Amino acid sequence: MFGLSQKDTRFLFIVIALTLLTPFLLNPFPTDSALAQFNAGYPALMQRFAIYGLMAIGFNILFGLTGYLSFGHAAFLGIGSYAAVWMFKLLSMNVLPAIILATLLAGLFALVIGYISLRRSGIYFSILTLAFAEMSYRLAYSVFTPITNGETGLQLNLKDPRILDAAPTSASLPVPSLFGLEMNSSWTLDLGPWDFTFNVGYYFCAVVAILGFYLSLRIFRSPFGLMLRAIKSNQNRLNYTGLNSRPYTLAAFVISGMYAGLAGGLLAAMDPLAGAERMQWTASGEVVLMTIMGGVGTLMGPVLGAGFIKYAENIFSKINESILHSWFSWLPDGLEDAVVWVFARFVGEGWHLTLGLMFMIIVIALPGGLVEGGQRIARLFRRKSEDAPSATPAE
Amino acid sequence: MSILEVKGVNKRFGGLQALGNVNLSVKEDTCHAIIGPNGAGKSTLLNCLVGKLIPDSGSVVFDGQSVLGRKPHEINQMGISRVFQTPEIFSDLSVIENVMIPCFAKRDGAFRMHAYEGVHQEKGIIEQAEAILADVNMLDKRHMHAASLSRGDKRRLEMAMCLVQEPRLLLLDEPTAGMARADTNNTIELLKEIRKTRKITMAIIEHDMHVVFSLADRITVLAQGTPLVEDTPENIKGHPKVREAYLGEAQV
Ligand SMILES: Nc1ncnc2c1ncn2[C@@H]1O[C@H](COP(=O)(O)OP(=O)(O)OP(=O)(O)O)[C@@H](O)[C@H]1O
Ligand SMILES: [Mg+2]
Repeated sequence: MFGLSQKDTRFLFIVIALTLLTPFLLNPFPTDSALAQFNAGYPALMQRFAIYGLMAIGFNILFGLTGYLSFGHAAFLGIGSYAAVWMFKLLSMNVLPAIILATLLAGLFALVIGYISLRRSGIYFSILTLAFAEMSYRLAYSVFTPITNGETGLQLNLKDPRILDAAPTSASLPVPSLFGLEMNSSWTLDLGPWDFTFNVGYYFCAVVAILGFYLSLRIFRSPFGLMLRAIKSNQNRLNYTGLNSRPYTLAAFVISGMYAGLAGGLLAAMDPLAGAERMQWTASGEVVLMTIMGGVGTLMGPVLGAGFIKYAENIFSKINESILHSWFSWLPDGLEDAVVWVFARFVGEGWHLTLGLMFMIIVIALPGGLVEGGQRIARLFRRKSEDAPSATPAE
Repeated sequence: MSILEVKGVNKRFGGLQALGNVNLSVKEDTCHAIIGPNGAGKSTLLNCLVGKLIPDSGSVVFDGQSVLGRKPHEINQMGISRVFQTPEIFSDLSVIENVMIPCFAKRDGAFRMHAYEGVHQEKGIIEQAEAILADVNMLDKRHMHAASLSRGDKRRLEMAMCLVQEPRLLLLDEPTAGMARADTNNTIELLKEIRKTRKITMAIIEHDMHVVFSLADRITVLAQGTPLVEDTPENIKGHPKVREAYLGEAQV
């Protein structure tokens, strides 16, 4: 169905179901329970899962398939955000024109940056992309202040023209919407001790992310995707087989840049402001980490990696010493303080330490990322039920 | 009619004259063997034909067109395919994917943005790939990871990748090196069969004289970067200069 093999169609449906049920799946703990702080089913975080998942899916088309490691994809994220906010300021609060322009503009920049960077491969390519992103970041901060509003960041203003929208009736800033459906509106379902939040913004991001996932699935299974994998495997052989690797890598670069631009547009659609720090090299590095943690070149890996990192960022960073004390109050006093002191290094501001450790463990023990971990567990179960394990290609 | 015309080609690596004034003419629809001791410059000569190296001087004309200065993929699209001395395959892909890629290159040219239709829907390409794998006796291995193949199988796979393109000129750099005797004989039979059914001109570098004399119509002997003689297999066998330079220890 949908031009996919039966197995892929089933896979797609599973992904759709998981995405749509996210508000339930990420809120397993009752609201008043002690574990409620591990719940991730609140709109801002779910939106970020979908948006960064989408960005990682696109990044994986370049890095996972061709092996070209870009350290500059945050530039496209930033460009997408600026483009979207400008659409909100000039045209309309409707999110569709905003994310369309974000995608196209990022694609245009990716074409130029990719054309130049792809003259080199390996580490030199990575350095070139890094240089371009850093340049974009610095320029956004300084020279392009009229467009980017420099350090303050680009924001909405009551005096913005917004030529398609009617004049504002209230004194507050308008909210991005999809034909009147406001992105920040939510509906809460009370189910006994549980509260589940359904947010328009999340579902909009989720639908876009599902479309992005579907497209990437098609690319993975297409002759084009096969050529990209061949580039990673043996670019020389590909050239001596009559194929020009340059336009293939450039196309992959532009596509992944457009995914990043779309993600940037969605970020702005959820929260209509854009700042230069979105283009910083740490942001470029983050999507690399997501892809590697989840599983390079696998379909689901980047999404899992993105979820993992965003979860750690938002959940571990919120745990503070008083929460730790409440957890370990059953320990003898002196010991309690010691244990809390140790754990406190890994949470709150120290969440990066946790992330770093997990990254190291995953890269060393599971070079295939979280997906490989899942496959190993699945294989363990399968070996118990039937004797012949079959080699299944990575999903 | 000669399909490949090499004239006065020179190539130096630093102080080493790898090719010195090489002339070579390969006639259409023949099998032309190039033999010579290790380091004679045989592979270097092939590198100059496929765009991997650019000669310092001289000309290389394929089918009336110069190949010098063209990119490897352009030369392949002109109709020259090459099997390398150390197998060049896509080790991360499956065997059948390895063979499908040259099929796509042949059908769609050097670049096509076919990003939407699935590979599994390309029935014609799959049939083509399976047919050539059957020809090289590897159909049962089609879903194997290419990296896990034996050395001999990697060679046969690379040969299948070149053959499926039906090139006008096939360059083979020691296609049977590292193969067991039976596989070598199978390869000879395969190449003979190919020549019977399809019009493919071949230039083959080989150390195994059994292979050379089973296949070649003409033989060029290369020594220290310069062609010593060029003649029919019968005459080469008895040639005193050749015996001295090369065949002496090979016991024909
Ligand atoms: N890229 C290179 N740079 C420097 N020297 C090279 C290069 N390629 C080949 N040579 C040298 O040129 C000479 C000819 O090498 P070539 O590989 O053409 O020999 P060959 O006839 O194919 O030998 P063999 O039978 O061992 O494959 C050798 O001395 C080799 O060391
Ligand atoms: Mg050689």
